[in-house]
Amino acid sequence: MSDTHTAAVMAADGTPLKARLARAMFRRKLDAFLLVLPLLVFLMVFFLAPIAWFLSKGFHDDLFATEMPNTTAALADWDGSTEPTEAQYAALVTDLIATRKTKTIGKVATRVNREHSGARSLFTSSARKAAKLDAPFKEALIKTKKAWGDIAVWQGMKAASRTYTIGYYANALDRRQLADGSIVAQPEQRQIHVKLLIRTLEISLQVTLYCLLLGYPIAYLLATLPNRTSNLLMILVLLPFWTSILVRTTAWIAMLQSQGVLNDLFVFFGVTADEARFSLIYNKLGTLIAMTHILLPFMVLPLYSVMKGIPPSYVRAAKSLGATNWTAFWRVYAPQTVPGIGAGAILVFIVAIGYYITPALVGGQDGQMISNFIDFHMRRSLNWNLAAALGTVLLVVVLTLYWIYDRVVGIDNMKLG
Amino acid sequence: MKIKQLAFGIATAITAATAAQAADTITVVSWGGAYTKSQVEAYHKPWMAETGNTIISEDYNGGLSEVKSQVEAGNVKWNVMDVEYSDAVRGCDEGLLEPIDHSILPAAPDGTPAVDDFIEGALPECAVSNIVWSTIFAYDTSKTSGVEGISDFFDLEKFPGKRGIRKNPKANLEMALMADGVPASEVYDVLGTAEGIDRAFAKLDTIKSEVVWWEAGAQPPQLLADGEVVMTTAYNGRIFNAAAGEGKPFEVNWDGQVLDFDLWVIPKGAPNMEATLDFIAFSTDTQRLADQASWIAYGPARKSSGALVGLYNDGKTEMAPHMPTAEANLANALVNNFEFWADNQDELNERFNAWLAL
Repeated sequence: MSDTHTAAVMAADGTPLKARLARAMFRRKLDAFLLVLPLLVFLMVFFLAPIAWFLSKGFHDDLFATEMPNTTAALADWDGSTEPTEAQYAALVTDLIATRKTKTIGKVATRVNREHSGARSLFTSSARKAAKLDAPFKEALIKTKKAWGDIAVWQGMKAASRTYTIGYYANALDRRQLADGSIVAQPEQRQIHVKLLIRTLEISLQVTLYCLLLGYPIAYLLATLPNRTSNLLMILVLLPFWTSILVRTTAWIAMLQSQGVLNDLFVFFGVTADEARFSLIYNKLGTLIAMTHILLPFMVLPLYSVMKGIPPSYVRAAKSLGATNWTAFWRVYAPQTVPGIGAGAILVFIVAIGYYITPALVGGQDGQMISNFIDFHMRRSLNWNLAAALGTVLLVVVLTLYWIYDRVVGIDNMKLG
Repeated sequence: MKIKQLAFGIATAITAATAAQAADTITVVSWGGAYTKSQVEAYHKPWMAETGNTIISEDYNGGLSEVKSQVEAGNVKWNVMDVEYSDAVRGCDEGLLEPIDHSILPAAPDGTPAVDDFIEGALPECAVSNIVWSTIFAYDTSKTSGVEGISDFFDLEKFPGKRGIRKNPKANLEMALMADGVPASEVYDVLGTAEGIDRAFAKLDTIKSEVVWWEAGAQPPQLLADGEVVMTTAYNGRIFNAAAGEGKPFEVNWDGQVLDFDLWVIPKGAPNMEATLDFIAFSTDTQRLADQASWIAYGPARKSSGALVGLYNDGKTEMAPHMPTAEANLANALVNNFEFWADNQDELNERFNAWLAL
């Protein structure tokens, strides 16, 4: 800028033009903001807030601390290994009487039962008798139920008394938080989540790969055929896309089950004996087949729209310069489809990693994915805290992979259409 | 039978007409299929005819998650739910269900109060039992014969082929132990020890490679009909309905059966409480419970209903021998111990899931 412009330019009414401009721009921005405000509020209230609230359950659990305040206070300084004192027993009895009155004993018992199996009946039965107990409470309680002398019950209460806990995350990663706060591995027969997470990633990657292998030629065909034919073929891609997932999954069951269409054909043509039909469904293979079919359109559509935009003259030019078919394809055509591959792959992968209906229906035992266990803890065990922790782990894994993808491929290098 | 029912219906309708109130609508949620149909025929239709109220019948797949979300959101849509025992107890513990005053239940025809008329354990704090059902195993007699008892279900050498099993540790661990030679009376003592649990899983291991897992009660008859499995565990009523109702050559083997209650519960804060309680009292009276048995082979939860159980709705099949509670079927039977499951389900579910998925 040269010095001739230092004097402020004035508008017709004498105010500085810069200020007028800024005011006008602010009004514009405000108008624009007000226009998107309803959507923003909607997203915050109905999308972000519930997710944040739910995910917070993964580390925040104040049930025990709220319902059993005396015991929680008495356990605050306990190291988790010395014999519990009379004062701690007395606090427990006070809380048992109170929770029985407010009818919250069941909730508390269920909570401690998650840490120590058998605690549920111990709590509910002792709460019934608690009001009649006399000091010393330690002896009195142990007399009603021997288990009160077991330090493991107290360690369970200690774990449950933490309002902010990493116990659920530890569990989601096959670890366990002990009463003294240290984290150790779960017993081997209860380790499941890490292996499932790895399997989930493996299945999602395989499905992505198969979708690419199957989808690429289809998209190429759609993009290069004359419009009339390709529109017809496009309907064949879109029709299943518009059909309910349940219907498509059930159709695969009819096709693949051991008395199903495919196996009947195998037997008819003598590929296999009647007694030795193939197990094509209710296992990992079933999950892979059904998911690949269901997610295929997510790969075909972005690929198609990218391929449609590639001028055929490029390949012709390459050939006229002496390239073989393969060289023209691999050196000229394929590189231009990379943005479509990127978009399709990331769409398929991210949708696949959270899939649960299809694996639940056709996965049998070794085709289950991590979402099936989130579903299990949501609907069956009602352990929403663990479900939240598992959900967060899955979210973090997806975000990490997304970040790596951005670093390696570049998210700008993705084209959806 | 039909005329008697009709006459009874009219008689009760007249006596109740004085108490007629503005028509209410309540939502009753149950497990679907043949089971819901039996409830609609035996409970819903007569109640609607008598009170002029309307019932919306919905299906669900068990569990407490829907109630939990409805109660926590303060927006309870369901009035009555049909649940399993462990869920009735746990839902009550967690404050998701309304306590039910059992004195509202009508007495038996001979005057025995309801609390004494129901089978022992059938009236936990927040629930009223309607039926006794059982997990049994069944097979197709046109393809399989010579099955003796529960140990054959676990014997792949004697009876090669796939087995259908519910994807849940409950009843499976018990059946595995009984197949391994543990008498029914000792099953829960054995399961209470770490070695006992290992033993049950070891027995399940012997057939794991051949198992097809099912979740909804309507699946096992379908698996048998399709020839997907040679034998399957199932709810006895579903197999009975496929056999008596649809003429399928299925047979129930009662050895090692695990008995359980199904119960009505009310989600906490359900609307139309008066009509809801009226429906529960109406549907669990002696006649209604006996009527239900003519639609599905589940035993009534009241002792006084037993004598009134008659013929299946095909008009020729005697229902009594198909009840899980029939004398002959109880030779080696186990009553599900809900205390055991309420205490141990977290740990056992986790272990079962780990065992299953890996």
